[in-house]
Amino acid sequence: MGYKSLPLVSITGLIMGLVLTIQSRPTLAEFGAESWLPGMVALSLIREIAPVITALICAGKIASGIGAELGSMKVTEQIDAMEVSGINPFTYLVATRIMATTLMVPLLVIFADFIGILGGYIGVNIHDHVSLFRYFSQVFDSLNFVDLVPATVKTFFFGFFIGLIGSYKGYNAANGTESVGKAANAAVVAASLAIFIIDLLAVQITDFLFNTYN
Amino acid sequence: MVQEETNTIEASTAHDTEAIIDIHGLYKSFGEHNDVLKGIDLTVKKGENLVLLGKSGSGKSIIIKCLVGLVEPDKGEIKVFDNDILYLKESELNKIRIRIGFLFQNAALYDSMTVRENLEFPLKRHSKDLSAKEVEDAVKEVLESVGLADAIDKMPSELSGGMRKRIGLARTLILKPEIMLYDEPTTGLDTITSREISELILAIQKKNKTSSIIITHDMACAKLTGDRIAILRDGVIGVQGLYDELEKSNDEWVRSFFI
Repeated sequence: MGYKSLPLVSITGLIMGLVLTIQSRPTLAEFGAESWLPGMVALSLIREIAPVITALICAGKIASGIGAELGSMKVTEQIDAMEVSGINPFTYLVATRIMATTLMVPLLVIFADFIGILGGYIGVNIHDHVSLFRYFSQVFDSLNFVDLVPATVKTFFFGFFIGLIGSYKGYNAANGTESVGKAANAAVVAASLAIFIIDLLAVQITDFLFNTYN
Repeated sequence: MVQEETNTIEASTAHDTEAIIDIHGLYKSFGEHNDVLKGIDLTVKKGENLVLLGKSGSGKSIIIKCLVGLVEPDKGEIKVFDNDILYLKESELNKIRIRIGFLFQNAALYDSMTVRENLEFPLKRHSKDLSAKEVEDAVKEVLESVGLADAIDKMPSELSGGMRKRIGLARTLILKPEIMLYDEPTTGLDTITSREISELILAIQKKNKTSSIIITHDMACAKLTGDRIAILRDGVIGVQGLYDELEKSNDEWVRSFFI
């Protein structure tokens, strides 16, 4: 579930970092603040862009996959077969998937953070020549506890809800093959929406607790 | 008139053995104007094969799904092994479920598992103290009993309809059930394979001394496997008796099943 998303997360992470750097550079250059670029890119990626984009990718790939797989199992009576043989399908099919997404999404986000920052390094070096050591020094100088921890904590919630919503939609698919597609589709839509809502709440809570954005 | 006939035939087919499944006044509706079961009374005796006939959508599958707790009835009493399953906790119900084998219409094999894994799965979940060799032996034995020992490493997608049914049967047999519930076991199969499945059902009854409810539209299967036939009509058991007796029934509607 997680490692199969690595290629997709790598490509999107790299592009996110690269594009963000290229797009931000002219604005910072107007104020002669190009040296802020590594820090700004790292902050944007770690606080917001990498968690949300990675979670949305996971919603599209994993939530739909879970929705379709469980929906298909429901329609073909595989879940019923499990239940009548005295095995709790919730424990075997749902709990394991939720646990997997809750643990894997944060790891994917951390990976996307790193790849995105590397993308930023490539972006910075299109116009300037900055060594990798200097680039990462500037990145780490600009980061502190409240940038890393709340942003990582919210990804556990992203993962939990991606697994929960995908499982719920699949598990409750109606009969008929058409419902498998509907379950997958509904899982993506609901999980994506949930990610934005959780993100909004996380920003409010982080601001309240750490007064980060003042 | 139907009730009279039911009583007459019931009297002629009465078994002396104990009832292993006892259903009384079972009601189930889906929505306000869709009453499917309207007071089902049905008994299956130990070691008996009961064939359940009825028109499509008459609620035959609902009855056996109520028996294993997959569908919750609106009203009624279902006693299996003298336990009223409607009042059991989930853990208690699961203990009963292990003693019941359920063959689904499309076999319901787990797509992502090989035949071996499909068979090992329930066994490993319920018999955690078994060694790897004991599990392997049990899988091989049950596969041989359904004549598919060579299919052990195949995926369900590589199996024909008849093979899927046999593997589905093997998966239920691996837990050595005392009751077997068959939901249209020969549907979608050719005549020869249908007969093979019917003979397998009969062999299971003889070898394992199982009691069974067999839902079918296949009259050849009903004749071969059924000790007794019950026909569902308008949400109740309209008539029940021996195959030969029902075939010669005075009721044209009953006879129409045997044409």
